[in-house]
Amino acid sequence: MALKRPALEAQITNALSAAVIAGAAGALVLIAMIPTVAGLIREQLGASLSPTMASVASAAIGVGATVFLITQLPIFLIWLERKIAAHIQDRLGPMRVGWHGVLQSFADGLKLLFKEDIIVDGADRFLFKLAPFVTVMGAFAAFAVLPWGDGLVISNINIGLLYAIAITSFGAIGLLMAGWASNNKYALYGGMRSAAQMVSYEIPTAIIILTIVMQVGSLNLQDVVVAQQGGFGNFTNWFIFRLHFGFLPLNMIGFIVFFICGLAETNRNPFDIPEAESELVAGFHTEYSGMRFAMFFLAEYGAMFFVSALGAVLYLGGWSGPFVSGPISLFFKSLLLVFVQMWLRWTLPRLRVDQLMSLCWKYLIPICFVVLIGVAIAGVIGS
Amino acid sequence: MSTPTVYKDLEPDETYAFKPEDLEEDEMILNMGPQHPSTHGVLRIELKTDGEVVKDSRPHIGYLHRNFEKHAENIDYQGVIPFTDRMDYVGSMANSLSYAVAVEKLMGIELNERVQSIRVLVSELQRIASHLLAIGTYGMDIGAFTPFLHAFREREKILDLFEWLCGARLLYNYNWVGGVSHDLPEQWTDRTRVFLDEFAPVIEELDQLLSHNKIFTARTATVGIIPPELAVGYALTGPNLRGSGIKWDIRKEDPYCGYEKYEFDVPVGQGRYGPIGSCWDRYYVRVEEMRQSVRILRQALDVLPAEGDVHESVPKRVKPKAGEAYGRTEAPRGELGFYIVSDGSLVPMRVKGRSPCFVAMSIFHEIAKGEMIADMIAIIGSLDIVLGEIDR
Repeated sequence: MALKRPALEAQITNALSAAVIAGAAGALVLIAMIPTVAGLIREQLGASLSPTMASVASAAIGVGATVFLITQLPIFLIWLERKIAAHIQDRLGPMRVGWHGVLQSFADGLKLLFKEDIIVDGADRFLFKLAPFVTVMGAFAAFAVLPWGDGLVISNINIGLLYAIAITSFGAIGLLMAGWASNNKYALYGGMRSAAQMVSYEIPTAIIILTIVMQVGSLNLQDVVVAQQGGFGNFTNWFIFRLHFGFLPLNMIGFIVFFICGLAETNRNPFDIPEAESELVAGFHTEYSGMRFAMFFLAEYGAMFFVSALGAVLYLGGWSGPFVSGPISLFFKSLLLVFVQMWLRWTLPRLRVDQLMSLCWKYLIPICFVVLIGVAIAGVIGS
Repeated sequence: MSTPTVYKDLEPDETYAFKPEDLEEDEMILNMGPQHPSTHGVLRIELKTDGEVVKDSRPHIGYLHRNFEKHAENIDYQGVIPFTDRMDYVGSMANSLSYAVAVEKLMGIELNERVQSIRVLVSELQRIASHLLAIGTYGMDIGAFTPFLHAFREREKILDLFEWLCGARLLYNYNWVGGVSHDLPEQWTDRTRVFLDEFAPVIEELDQLLSHNKIFTARTATVGIIPPELAVGYALTGPNLRGSGIKWDIRKEDPYCGYEKYEFDVPVGQGRYGPIGSCWDRYYVRVEEMRQSVRILRQALDVLPAEGDVHESVPKRVKPKAGEAYGRTEAPRGELGFYIVSDGSLVPMRVKGRSPCFVAMSIFHEIAKGEMIADMIAIIGSLDIVLGEIDR
């Protein structure tokens, strides 16, 4: 009898993992089908409903799909990160829950859900409760302007890039709030560090995004993607491959700077000083437990994916991909950049807070200005 | 009866800890430890911080105090050895060796060649294991998680060898007064040779992964500077002293177990990426020492006599004549010495351990002043302290 139980458990977990993999595949197919479905609905509803109602309905569908995506993505990304870390470190990583541990994140999520929600004495209760939601909001609201395909964007506003820069800054407020409200010195250090870091790194990010805006002539992310279409295999026209004055790879430099700033803005290693576990115990989320802690995790992975997706949109052609176009293209490009982020995390040590600041102010910002001026001169000469 | 006043005068926290009323504006007391991921044990450090800058620091030790020295006064000489294992619990072989050397000096016991070679073998293997742990956790302190697991994978192989040798993986009770507990198992030397062949390339890999990493050197090569005079003034020993460029190794200066027969270099800090005596220098001395240990191990395996009883010189009753002796060895963390006073009975009258980590910790406040919070971790890690040995 004792021997049979593992077999049964294995069957159950295998069935569950199969279901999850099938679900993930199904979700991908669904994402790929969204343009057609959205088009169909727009046609059908457009006839019967007023234009206002039709736009509300299509927005609702987009929001639903995106919310589904961004709540499921971190679960997948956490598993992916653990597996990547494990294989870099010569071990297996999660192997028990499901096929190669794919259900591990669900098990962990369930555990966190059942954990006691502790609010420490002396904490600012209102801010303590509010902080995780602000952080999650900042990370996930940014997805609203991310174009997944032709006409496939929740909100196709003409200041999309400005919105993206503004809304991702909300994360810093949430972290600062968490650090302050915890009434813990380590959390306070973490919060202050994250605020200083994110505010500093927004400057080079904004400047480097400006170079793209200058080349496109629009703040709309859909326009950015359209500007990169064409060329051989639909990828030679990407901004990352474009040279200025025929030989200067300014956009390549810009992409690298953007990626470094993205790492810093999402608090990823080597810039993870706000939660530097060997110095600040756990930084701003030292006092958080249960689902509130999980919220910060979700936000981190959501922000990580968004920064990668934004990088893909700005420099790697967004959804108009090599040979195939659509959500799948953007998804895999973003995943590639996410993988690089994880790879760096498990390879590099951590910078110190002053080194982080000097990297930003002494190196990245001057480089950004050089790229900006170069792009501007090239634009003037070109016209 | 009320509490005697003498204790009240000696209340350590009354004079030692920071007082909140002495703080200036913008200053804050940050308690690092005793429960902290990177203090390498239950160490508590009070930091007087101004933002990220540490203005002053006060280490508080004693959370792991187990009364070793008083215990030793009530147990026979052989019985002390398991307690010494528990001092520096990641370098147990070196501790019991040091104690055994001290008692043997007290009793005038001569050892045969085989026992001496075996002792060199186990103490050098222990040095590699201990340095692997030091280097791995140091990488983790700086934020690189991967080298830690790579180092532990190699350390496991050494622990497997020790387990095969004496049945224990951490606390061995292997070095006895006058000998060792078990002879080498068959093929143990062959397996050790295989391990050494596998291990030598791993050191190079570690160098590529961590030692010369730009971020790692930026974090470690300019902080925690111990100038040579200061190192001598605080009586540092081991890699901490050698990191400051001073060539001092008990294996060369006061050889024991026949270390004078082996050829090896004493690596010292070169100041390669910054001022001499930095955290990086201390770290790299340990890396170099592992290379030297591999050299010593190969020689020891070559000269190991095939014959010889490991229990030949073990006395039936350890009962030294009244007198005193100080025996010292080069443990992984520095000069580990035992000062033993005997009154001619079966139990030692006094056993005093000279612990290298305790001495190293005493310099902490000196080099921590003016550095940043993140550097505290770098400094503690580079001193490679083990709280079991500090508190005893």
